Amino acid sequence: MSANHSHAADHGENPLRSHVIGFAISLALTFFSFGLVMSGILATSTTLIVVVIAAALQVFAQFHYFLHLDSSSAQRMNVMVLIYTIVIIAILVGLSLWIMYNTHIRMMPIPMAR
Amino acid sequence: MQSSLLFGNLTLDAIPFHNPIVMGAVGGGAAVGFLLFCFITYKKLWGYLWDEWFTSVDHKRIGIMYIIVAVVMMLRGFADAMMMRTHQAIAMGASAGYLPAEHYNQIFSAHGTIMIIFVAMPFFIGLMNYVVPLQIGARDVAYPFLNSVSFWLTVASALLMMVSLGIGDFSQAGWTGYPPLTGKEVSPGVGVDYWIWGIQLGGVGTLVTGINFFVTILRMRAPGMSMMKIPVFTWTILITTVLIMLSFPVLTVTLALLTLDRYLDFHFFTNALGGNQMMFINLFWIWGHPEVYIVVLPAFGIFSEVVSTFSHKRLFGYASMVYASIAIAFLSFVVWLHHFFTMGAGANVNAFFGIATMIIAIPTGLKIFNWLFTMYRGRIEFKTPMLWSLGFIVTFSIGGMTGVLLSVPGADFVLHNSEFLVAHFHNMLIPGALFGYFAGYSYWFPKMTGFRLDEKWGVRAFWSWIAGFYLAFMPLYALGFMGMPRRMDHYDNPAWQPYLIVAVLGTFLVAFGIFCQVVQLYVSFRDRKALVDKTGDPWGSHSLEWATTSPPPFYNFAQTPVVDSLDDFAYKKEHGIAYRAQAPFKEIHMPKNTGVGVVMGAITFVFGFAMIWYIWWLAIASLVAMIVAVIYRGSDDHTDYMLSAEEVARVESGESVTPSYNHASI
Amino acid sequence: MSSTTLTDHSESDHHSHDATENAAFGFWLYLMTDCILFASLFATYAVLYQNTASGPGGPEIFDLPYVFGETMFLLVSAFTNGVAMSFVYKKDRQKAVFWLIVTALLGLGFIVMEVHEFIHLIGEGNGPDRSGFLSAFFGLVGTHGAHVSIGLIWMAVMIGQLLIKGVTPKVSSRLIRLSLFWHFLDIVWVCLFTVVYFFGVA
Repeated sequence: MSANHSHAADHGENPLRSHVIGFAISLALTFFSFGLVMSGILATSTTLIVVVIAAALQVFAQFHYFLHLDSSSAQRMNVMVLIYTIVIIAILVGLSLWIMYNTHIRMMPIPMAR
Repeated sequence: MQSSLLFGNLTLDAIPFHNPIVMGAVGGGAAVGFLLFCFITYKKLWGYLWDEWFTSVDHKRIGIMYIIVAVVMMLRGFADAMMMRTHQAIAMGASAGYLPAEHYNQIFSAHGTIMIIFVAMPFFIGLMNYVVPLQIGARDVAYPFLNSVSFWLTVASALLMMVSLGIGDFSQAGWTGYPPLTGKEVSPGVGVDYWIWGIQLGGVGTLVTGINFFVTILRMRAPGMSMMKIPVFTWTILITTVLIMLSFPVLTVTLALLTLDRYLDFHFFTNALGGNQMMFINLFWIWGHPEVYIVVLPAFGIFSEVVSTFSHKRLFGYASMVYASIAIAFLSFVVWLHHFFTMGAGANVNAFFGIATMIIAIPTGLKIFNWLFTMYRGRIEFKTPMLWSLGFIVTFSIGGMTGVLLSVPGADFVLHNSEFLVAHFHNMLIPGALFGYFAGYSYWFPKMTGFRLDEKWGVRAFWSWIAGFYLAFMPLYALGFMGMPRRMDHYDNPAWQPYLIVAVLGTFLVAFGIFCQVVQLYVSFRDRKALVDKTGDPWGSHSLEWATTSPPPFYNFAQTPVVDSLDDFAYKKEHGIAYRAQAPFKEIHMPKNTGVGVVMGAITFVFGFAMIWYIWWLAIASLVAMIVAVIYRGSDDHTDYMLSAEEVARVESGESVTPSYNHASI
Repeated sequence: MSSTTLTDHSESDHHSHDATENAAFGFWLYLMTDCILFASLFATYAVLYQNTASGPGGPEIFDLPYVFGETMFLLVSAFTNGVAMSFVYKKDRQKAVFWLIVTALLGLGFIVMEVHEFIHLIGEGNGPDRSGFLSAFFGLVGTHGAHVSIGLIWMAVMIGQLLIKGVTPKVSSRLIRLSLFWHFLDIVWVCLFTVVYFFGVA
């Protein structure tokens, strides 16, 4: 992500290697997920859990292979910032869903026939 | 509404000729503006203002301009307050007061919006702009051009607020703007749109400022300044920028969704077809709560600086102050539901957020104790900045206690949206934030201008303000217990009236306090030679900004300082190495002034105005213009220049003040 | 008056590397704020997705093979963007421009498909004004599409800059930020097709 010499040198020999691997993994996971959902092989709830995991893996792969995030000291700040953002998002979204679900239930909605 | 292709919904009817109060305000404002315009033209100052101020990317200039915006907006926001208080004091029973309801509603909506978004925010952003780069030994912020853009976006939004007075009207839905009241069905006019675009466009500027200062503080500190040697004010700003970056996007989304509802018939928050109004309230306060910490944390930082300086003693518990600020930053994201305990989420949810709210009082309490321990056995000088700080400690503590009371959901069910709540949040914001900014303003004024503020008028201002505050707001606590709701334009209970009359007296005292501050400015300017700050360190302070001249040269430091310790300037003074002989100067890399920020601000104002009045061709044209401006700036490779060593020497020796070739060309 | 020329070349190199890193870090922080922005939209979607107001829900309007096509356009464009950047680091202007154009065309393919999907939905009366669910859908997916469109404009400008100025440090710095933006948008899309389309049809 930063254009200092060491970064360019990292991929100097084969700057594409990282991208090719990332692309291959993403492609595979995408095919897998779409295939799973469209075929309907597994039960709904299982399918959803599996595709969420696949999505998480793909996001992880793209952060690492496309955006070059890793545990090196050059990337440390970027990773920490990302992790903190994700933590805050988890809190805000999680608590929001809890609140909105609660208020929804207490409105005593009449279930509608589809 | 009448509509034309050229002017959208804008017609001459938009000007409220029938409303004498508004026309008076508009006329008065126009007159003052006209006089100012004539004065500047007569003194041939336009060139100077453009070259040295409007196009400046210097954080010091931008900081001062922010403070000026804040003060101007404070006058309008306070005028709103005076009108509300005087109206409420008489609007009992048979009397309807002197403000019709829909005018009164606009006033309280404008008052809240102005005070939070256009007074508090610009005020601390101005102080932080001026001080932070100096405190960390840097020459400017990380992105000086974006700094200018942020400022002009703020000006554009403030202008929209001001224009709403004379062209059209403002929202009647409070500064919080809940749907369905702010939906298209109930509020089809331009008022809510003024509110939306005013906050939305200003919010973008603030977000960019947050990123700017986060990077500045992390990456541009002088060598030797490790994290735990950062001055405490800068620490609070660092935390504040984190809050800004994490919370403002939520506001952007919230307002955008409401905008889509109003303009394109979406159903995020509508009654019909599956909207969920409670989601607005939820999203709004996810931003809204961190926002109040955003305005209060910098004030805490200022108090730390001021209390330690005027106690002539090191700040007690620096590390715990830092950790407390970090704790507040995190906790401020898990308390927001306390703004809507009564929305009906159920006991478990309310309990969680109630407890979290009580917990967040703890780090703040810790700070109060640290300030008290700093003063203990110090040699206290009761200068104006210190008075503001002492007033804060006492008054804010009272407000804090009422906050802990409100954090009990059961109690909140009785007191929510009553005058008790109004008293509570003013009890937090005025001593907590505003007194802090006043303290910072008096403390750093000599650094910014080269002369101190007159003490006598400062003391008068302080005592008027604090006495006025107590008179204006303590009765409101009682009124809350007596059952008076907030935002009332008329009431029938005669028992409430005496309290409201006392509150008006308080308001007049505060008005006198503001008057004293204006006089103080005049007197200080008049007596500036007597009040001159010759050393750059008029108070005997401890951080790096005081190691420069007053005001500092435009590049701040001829040589980048090397930091040895916390409170480095004090350390160096103690060891006799504070004012070293100058080593040979090197050339300095500086950013050029530019008018692109001003242009972007102007485009933003036009865009906002066009969207409000449904002038679609103008909205599209200004969007295109903005894209062009961005591409123009984004293709400009010559945005910096090198200041030669000889030029630095000339400035340091006093021969010249600004380089001859830093005139902005767009 | 132009700026004085620098005598020390290595200092300017060092300076431009610092400037690039600074700009990239600031842009990364902006992307973090964009994460929060999208998270709020996702949360809103989660709250509203069942509010179909007697209108269509996910299974009625989501076409997975079509979304798969969109996904391929975007994913491949993320890859070709990486290819383009590799040539930028090698300072190969021609190849960088070529691959950037490929990336832009693929991105354009994504947008064309998405706009077509939106127009189709609106045409059958299932626009955002139909229900809370559809408002949330259009809001979330539309915001992502708007970001991609802005990225395409930016890409066009950068192709122009490459052609006119070549692979200078400042141009490279801007391309790095564009690259961050483009990859970020693909990552958001992964979350999007999972939460909206997969959960929507299941």
